[in-house]
Amino acid sequence: MDKANSTIETQAKVNWRWRKIKDELMMRVVQVGGAAVIGAIALIFIFLLSVVYPLFEEPEIHESARYQLPSAALGPSLILGVEEQAEIAFRITEDGSVLFFDVSNGQSVVNYKLPISDDDAVLGMRHVSEASRLLAANLKSGGLLFFKHEYDLEFTETERIIHPKVVYPFGEEVIDLGESAITQFAVGENEDNLTIFYQNQNGELGLIGFEKASSFISEDVVLEEIDNSFLNSSHEPVALLVDPEQEWAYVLDDRGTLALYDIRDVASPDLQEVIDVTNKSSKPTSIEWLIGGISVLVGNDSGVVSQWFKIRSEGDVPYTLKKIREFKVDSSAVNKMTSEQLRKGVVAAAESGKVNFFYTTSERDLMTITATEGEVQHIAIAPRSDILLLEDSLGQLSAWDMDNHHPESSLSGLWGKVWYEDYQKPDYVWQSSSASSDFEPKYSLIPLTFGTIKAAFYAMLFAMPLAICGAIFTAYFMRPKMRTLVKPSIEIMEALPTVILGFLAGLWLAPYIEQHLPGVVFVLIFVPLGIILSALIWWRLPFEIKSKIPEGWEAAILALPIITIVMLCMSASTVVEGALFEGNIRIWMSENLGIGFDQRNALIIGIAMGFAVIPTIFSIAEDAIFSVPKHLTSGSLALGATPWQTLVRVVLPSASPGIFSAVMIGFGRAVGETMIVLMATGNTPVMDFGIFEGMRTLSANVAVELPESEVDSTHYRILFLAAFVLFMFTFFFNTIAEVVRQRLRRKYATL
Amino acid sequence: MTDNKKIGFFQSGTPWVWLNAGAVSISMIMVIGLLVLIAVRGLGHFWPKAIWQIEYEENGAITKLIGERAKTETVSARQLREAGIKHNFKEEFIERTLLKIGNRDVYGFDFRLIVAPLEKSVSLPPELIVLERTEWGNFYGELVEIEENGVTIQAGTEELWDKLSSRVERVAELRERIAGIEKSEIGAINFKMEKLRLRTRAMEIASRNNAEEQAEMAGTKAQLDADYDALKARLDVLYADIRRDAVTLRVMTGEEISINLSKVVKATRPNAMSILTKVQHYFGNLIDFVSDDPREANTEGGIFPAIFGTVMMVLLMSVIVTPFGVIAAIYLREYAKQGFVTRLVRISVNNLAGVPSIVYGVFGLGFFVYVLGGNIDQLFYPEALPSPTFGSGGLMWASLTLALLTVPVVIVATEEGLARIPRAVREGSLALGATKAETLWRIVIPMASPAMMTGLILAVARAAGEVAPLMLVGAVKLAPSLPLDMNAPFLHLERKFMHLGFHIYDVGFQSPNVEAARPLVYATALILVAVIILLNLSAIYIRNHLREKYRTLEQ
Repeated sequence: MDKANSTIETQAKVNWRWRKIKDELMMRVVQVGGAAVIGAIALIFIFLLSVVYPLFEEPEIHESARYQLPSAALGPSLILGVEEQAEIAFRITEDGSVLFFDVSNGQSVVNYKLPISDDDAVLGMRHVSEASRLLAANLKSGGLLFFKHEYDLEFTETERIIHPKVVYPFGEEVIDLGESAITQFAVGENEDNLTIFYQNQNGELGLIGFEKASSFISEDVVLEEIDNSFLNSSHEPVALLVDPEQEWAYVLDDRGTLALYDIRDVASPDLQEVIDVTNKSSKPTSIEWLIGGISVLVGNDSGVVSQWFKIRSEGDVPYTLKKIREFKVDSSAVNKMTSEQLRKGVVAAAESGKVNFFYTTSERDLMTITATEGEVQHIAIAPRSDILLLEDSLGQLSAWDMDNHHPESSLSGLWGKVWYEDYQKPDYVWQSSSASSDFEPKYSLIPLTFGTIKAAFYAMLFAMPLAICGAIFTAYFMRPKMRTLVKPSIEIMEALPTVILGFLAGLWLAPYIEQHLPGVVFVLIFVPLGIILSALIWWRLPFEIKSKIPEGWEAAILALPIITIVMLCMSASTVVEGALFEGNIRIWMSENLGIGFDQRNALIIGIAMGFAVIPTIFSIAEDAIFSVPKHLTSGSLALGATPWQTLVRVVLPSASPGIFSAVMIGFGRAVGETMIVLMATGNTPVMDFGIFEGMRTLSANVAVELPESEVDSTHYRILFLAAFVLFMFTFFFNTIAEVVRQRLRRKYATL
Repeated sequence: MTDNKKIGFFQSGTPWVWLNAGAVSISMIMVIGLLVLIAVRGLGHFWPKAIWQIEYEENGAITKLIGERAKTETVSARQLREAGIKHNFKEEFIERTLLKIGNRDVYGFDFRLIVAPLEKSVSLPPELIVLERTEWGNFYGELVEIEENGVTIQAGTEELWDKLSSRVERVAELRERIAGIEKSEIGAINFKMEKLRLRTRAMEIASRNNAEEQAEMAGTKAQLDADYDALKARLDVLYADIRRDAVTLRVMTGEEISINLSKVVKATRPNAMSILTKVQHYFGNLIDFVSDDPREANTEGGIFPAIFGTVMMVLLMSVIVTPFGVIAAIYLREYAKQGFVTRLVRISVNNLAGVPSIVYGVFGLGFFVYVLGGNIDQLFYPEALPSPTFGSGGLMWASLTLALLTVPVVIVATEEGLARIPRAVREGSLALGATKAETLWRIVIPMASPAMMTGLILAVARAAGEVAPLMLVGAVKLAPSLPLDMNAPFLHLERKFMHLGFHIYDVGFQSPNVEAARPLVYATALILVAVIILLNLSAIYIRNHLREKYRTLEQ
């Protein structure tokens, strides 16, 4: 027995230990699992934030190399350039040498010589177009020589080798511009034409237009002169510019004025406007295009760069130049500016050796470096904006690594008005893509936020009265038997997929309402009137009839009158439209009231999304009213108050926090709803609060654009920001609602 | 209340009570009206529609029109005039019909608007035939003759019709066999070929030069090629066979058009059908609709892949969401210290149920697809790059995203169930010496299981109807293959899939021929709504049942 007992005991001990282990194990599993789920939920927040964060990160720049000019014996450079991979750069010297070198260490890669005679020299160089890598050299012997820097890529097993070369797209001949050398020039070039704007030794300003013609013999392109002319300038020109489309030419002169010429007809350039660009007695020192050839950047001797472009004017001339914004680079004069090649960023150098990087549209001052003891002579930015190459007056080159991915986004750009190029005034614009390649995306979240709030507003306008009144009646007046039927039905309404609501709204409701617009107005007027009329008739009915149906069934009684009224209104719609609005109320409205009509408009959204929101508000509000302690209402009724008085004076005040939280949650749902707005609005980001206009909401915008946006691009991150805004917005409203609700619950518990 | 009349009507508050009642009424009418609208339009889609033959006056001449009345509405005479129809009808309101005349390949458009006053005579000739085709939509006309291998078969009208019916059946059978070969057998070969290609690529990447392996692979490839050729030969025979017959029909313009039967899916004579046959056809159509593949950019045919995709995704999601949701709820309710932090977590979880679904979609795309999927591709599928395996939307990511979306629903429901279990039950168990784990496992969880069930059903109902996040993480308009098939590993988690909700969005808003596709969208919507309402009703039923159960327990 003892032995058996002891085995049982050990058995029990083993068992007990095993059970303890299992207990422990389960606790661990549950703890880890629970924490993991909660962690996963927190991850959403963290992840969204981590994608959004780089938008507002400060860019970084650091010096990666500094070396003496390669082939320094040939003298300082006339121009600098970097190829796309940012591995090889080139400089061109006075004797016509094109020297390619390694960006990282300044080692020479290959040298070329331009086809000029030994006693000739290059006086000046310009980048004609950085995108097509075309350069123009101003020769001492007179005339311009055009050439391109190009690169062949070779792939071996392990690495990529870049072979630079120089090609002459218009042949090796010099474009003749008169007897003597010219002092300065500008070239505008596009696919079909090329225009040269120059100043010769006599101080005359000359203009020559060429057409690009393909040669019959080779694949070369030859320049055929179309026309030429001379302009008069009473003052000494400091700098010239021609835009790539060759429609406008700018002349900056020594007084500090900028003259704008219309050169669409090369033979007779037309002076449009002369504008003073001095700024508080600071003289302009240089002008340069911002990429795209729309804005002109003017640097002055007090270290300020201002951006100008032409807008339509109301005066005699069609266009007038307007200063859009300015940036403080340094306190010393600006001597060199270069625009980024794919974005609207600008690098400007001041005489003090300070170099400043700023972004025009987002108005962000990105970074400032002290690049040299001397003065910056040339600036080159790699096409992908990852390397900055500077040449200074001490004969040194410095290469800078830039980590600058989203300069175009700023809080003011996302949420404020931005004056975009070619716009008449600053505005809120969302336009993330376009068919043309040199398009600047416009990311203002205001039109989308506006659309979201507009959609939610109309939805709440429709849903709130129906849901709250319905909740009041269901919770307080309705017979319990009917309530068990009504509550689940409305809860099922909540479960209806919004894609179905959206589809019905877009394909059935929108055309229907378009056809029956007056009917909708009638319904709004006559249904409430009809209900009150029904109540009055019921009130007047003899008691015998009334007693057959107990109180609390009013909702059921009303179904018939409401359906009848709605049907009557709708069938009257066409008649009224014919009689009063010339058969078409939409045309009548736009002609007489100036109200436009979109088929998929805020009214449709209001009804469809209101439909989706009603059950949410209804069920929470109903719960709140229903759980008002019964002794409160009984007391009130016992004191002789009517049920309505009890409701208004006792029930609603105590349930109002619950109703408030229901509205908050409903609003949160309306704000985030995607499918309905996607399918039942035109998705145009307009800022118009009209009930017959469409909109584009944050959520629909994300759904439409995110699949197409490039990962980690600014667009992608801004869409994540939109999602994050939605997330925070709904989270905030829901939290308020939840806290209010919990307080209410505790209050009732103590009552 | 008998002394009602002593107080005034407005003073008594009656009108306001009635206005509140009206709100309930309106809400109920809207819900029921919406369901009825979907049901009527959706169910109507399958009913064999009458084919009208209409003598229509047009520019003074009489033309014959044949087609289905798709939509009839009343418009004012003035509206009609503004729409560009010149007329001088006396009536102020005119009935206008959208007539589906089909035969898109012959006329170029398949709908016509006609007005009642110009319909000189209408009839329903029983001999009119509707052909459902694999392309170009329906075809309406009168049967003229049948050709077999180019030889005309002579027969009387009735006999000819019987012959046509049997031949259409034969073609259907052949088509099924062809589809069988193409889908499963050739599909399997393609699948193996792709694997072979990836293996070769993997060897290249690893710069592994194993002659033996290469020889083996070459052998397999040769074998597969041979298999394919054999199948191809069989297919060619079948294709020749299916193209044997052609049918000639006379269309409304009097032209006689010959159509190869291989392009015909169904041939019916709705005007000649009795009610019973119509009912039969009705159910036949319904079954075809849920079991067929879509045709013609989803505007015709069935929705089987969409149903299948939805079910697969929801199942997968349930498998993920149930354990995690339940564990999180148990943790929050049974293990975590009830304090400020737990309260905070509980509020957050509650709120997450209200976070817009599109936000989950954005998270799913950014985190699951690009971050997780991208890294999985780098690590495990380098040979398939640059085409992504898990690095683009797919079944797994969609399920995970929806699991995350619905996990709050399960947590809230389970917690509620756990909270309802009386303390005494738990304490009784512990007092008898059970450990906490045992109490949970044997007592608490079984008692809370209906609540978990409710949570799961609600989660499934929500997931089935959710579209916005799926647009980002893997639902497509047309998936080339189902995510489940006979090729190992059978369940292909990386594949894209079709989804009922997305199907509605796509066909209703992105399809080139919305008018023709509209009935199909209603039918799809009906199926989706039916599924979701059923799920919700069962959740409500379980919940009520549960309440009853605990009411007895508490007493």
